[in-house]
Amino acid sequence: MAFVSNPPSASATRPRRVALFVTCLVDLFRPSVGFAAAKLLEEAGCAVEVPPLQVCCGQPAYNTGDRATTRAIAAQVIDAFEGYDAVVAPSGSCGGMLSHHYPSLFDDDPAMKARAESLAGRSHELMSFLVDVLGVEKVAARYDGAVTYHDSCSGLRELGVKGQPRELLAAVQGLTLREMKSPEVCCGFGGTFCVKYPEISNAMVAEKTADIAATGADTLLAGDLGCLMNMAGKLQRDGSAVRVRHVAEVLAGMGDLPAIGEPERG
Amino acid sequence: MESTAHAFKENVGHALADPNLQDSLAKLKVGFSERRRQAAERLPEFEALRDRARDIKNHTLAHLDFYLEEFERKVIALGGHVHWAPTAADARHIIAELCRSVGARTVAKSKSMVAEEIALNDYLEAMGIAPIETDLGEYIIQLRHEPPSHIIAPAVHLTKDQVADTFLEHHGKLGFSKRLTERNDLVAEARYVLRQKFLDADVGLTGANFLVAETGSSMLVTNEGNADLSNTLPRMHIVLASIEKVIPTLEDAAVLLRVLARSATGQESSAYTTLNTGPKRPGDLDGPEQYHVVLLDNGRSSVLGTEMQDILRCIRCGACMNHCPVYGAVGGHAYGWVYPGPMGAVLTPQLVGVEEASNLPNASTFCGRCESVCPVRIPLPKLMRHWREREFEKHLTPRAWRQGMALWGFLARRPALYRGLTAVANRMLALFGRAEGRYRALPLAGGWTRFRDFPAPQPGGTFHAQWAKKRRA
Repeated sequence: MAFVSNPPSASATRPRRVALFVTCLVDLFRPSVGFAAAKLLEEAGCAVEVPPLQVCCGQPAYNTGDRATTRAIAAQVIDAFEGYDAVVAPSGSCGGMLSHHYPSLFDDDPAMKARAESLAGRSHELMSFLVDVLGVEKVAARYDGAVTYHDSCSGLRELGVKGQPRELLAAVQGLTLREMKSPEVCCGFGGTFCVKYPEISNAMVAEKTADIAATGADTLLAGDLGCLMNMAGKLQRDGSAVRVRHVAEVLAGMGDLPAIGEPERG
Repeated sequence: MESTAHAFKENVGHALADPNLQDSLAKLKVGFSERRRQAAERLPEFEALRDRARDIKNHTLAHLDFYLEEFERKVIALGGHVHWAPTAADARHIIAELCRSVGARTVAKSKSMVAEEIALNDYLEAMGIAPIETDLGEYIIQLRHEPPSHIIAPAVHLTKDQVADTFLEHHGKLGFSKRLTERNDLVAEARYVLRQKFLDADVGLTGANFLVAETGSSMLVTNEGNADLSNTLPRMHIVLASIEKVIPTLEDAAVLLRVLARSATGQESSAYTTLNTGPKRPGDLDGPEQYHVVLLDNGRSSVLGTEMQDILRCIRCGACMNHCPVYGAVGGHAYGWVYPGPMGAVLTPQLVGVEEASNLPNASTFCGRCESVCPVRIPLPKLMRHWREREFEKHLTPRAWRQGMALWGFLARRPALYRGLTAVANRMLALFGRAEGRYRALPLAGGWTRFRDFPAPQPGGTFHAQWAKKRRA
């Protein structure tokens, strides 16, 4: 799936000044994902900055049909991330929001649309940026365990993130990958969907956790914190011992932190 | 049919608690998607064909008036008749009058979702005309007085055992008193019972997959051959089709057929593909004496030129629902009207009103699997989002959501204030969740914690707070 393997010209065109789009969930619930992303980017030769005026990409408003609020938030993000060579999010859905949805919000405003398109062209999901743009092939990390990988929907279907995380995970020492039967089926998170239609969401995540359990893996990885919190919450409610982590944490050698929903040790 | 789309949440509750339905859905989810995947893989040009199929439908929609009139001219030249039905009531009335004109007592029907849309069966029955469904699935649900739950597999919500019980109950009076357990035996019994009904029918009514403008033909695909018996044996053939079914040429039909069956069932082609081109001609051995086409608008023309126009490309293959995890969890009846799944979530608000069907476009995670398999590349999540925008503008979005969204939007546009509040929230959630690492219940988060634990934040503050501290250090 991933075809770019260190093209000779890469170092010349390699973006140096990379802005991290932290995402609101990572900021609030799992800062280690942001630090893992920064570490991976720095190890790949990028200078990482975190523009302070970022909050959220606007998906909650966008998917509720509140276009005016979405536009206001998008304009704020466009301002905050102007001037960087690349904008990288440890999330397919937030990355996809910037790269695939912002321009259409400004169809009636050519100047803003041009700025939105500029941001869209510079925005990437983390795994795709590392592999497809930077040509990273290996990471120096160790994780002793059998993991299974869930393909989050926006990353998979909007951005084509599928082979990239698997390619990098293959380089992690001690790690084996056990695929689910249906890794590409939605986990039932869907942002506000999971609390608007909790019964349907529950049926979907129950099917997902059954698929996870059937792999026999001890760890579940994915690239979107929303999906991960949903699946972790279900696994833990059902008493499962499967640990849940963001893929960036494992790749950055931070796989020894308490997993999502696990208490601090000691 | 009467819509229960407003009761979507109640419908969902029933669906999730129905073990027979859940059994049937478990099979559907695996079967259809796997067969479609294999069919697509076997045809290297499949993706290119999807582009062509999309383009054909777009071209037709851009010139819909021209192609419909072209179609009408051809049908009339063949000796047939075209009836324009602006509304469902008009279509019902036209069909009833046609049936009355030949003194019809029974109508043999092949599967037609448009007939479901206009609630034709109830109307005919009230007039003393018996509609006989001849598609096996439609026949089963007609016996059970149930609406279809899927646009190509109307009885897909039922298990084999339920069908066996239904046949035993209804076929007993015809001399079939043994409860059957084998699939083939059930089919054979239905075939036997239906055969006489075909022979007795005064009128045959079919839908159409496509109307071909250049030849005036209506085109139908089935796997049972029931449509062919419906349209050749009776002396009057009525085709009931909505206006967006028209396409320019037979060549176009060939492209669309190649994506239709593969997307629907994973077949390369349906077992039967039938073109009906006018009434019986002098010298023909069989065929109907009268050939009528009823063209239904029912609000579709008002979609032209709007941001929803893409939904009119739909060729009713069912792939979107076959791949939809929401449909897979709750089945078709939960959607409350004729068209379920993603295409229904877009079309139903248009046809029955967004107030009635406001839940449908919201009940999606936007996972995008529907769009990724749609043979005519309808951007279904985008269209569902457009409905959400219209609901928001009309203040149909529930008040709690609007208020919550307004508050969140207010904060999201004030990064400093947001940062301060989230730092507090982060600290509180981390502190009280510290012992267990998660919450089993949380105020205002009942929708989440009813079924899932809620992970507590990592201790140490928000990312932004930690990052700022580190960079200062």
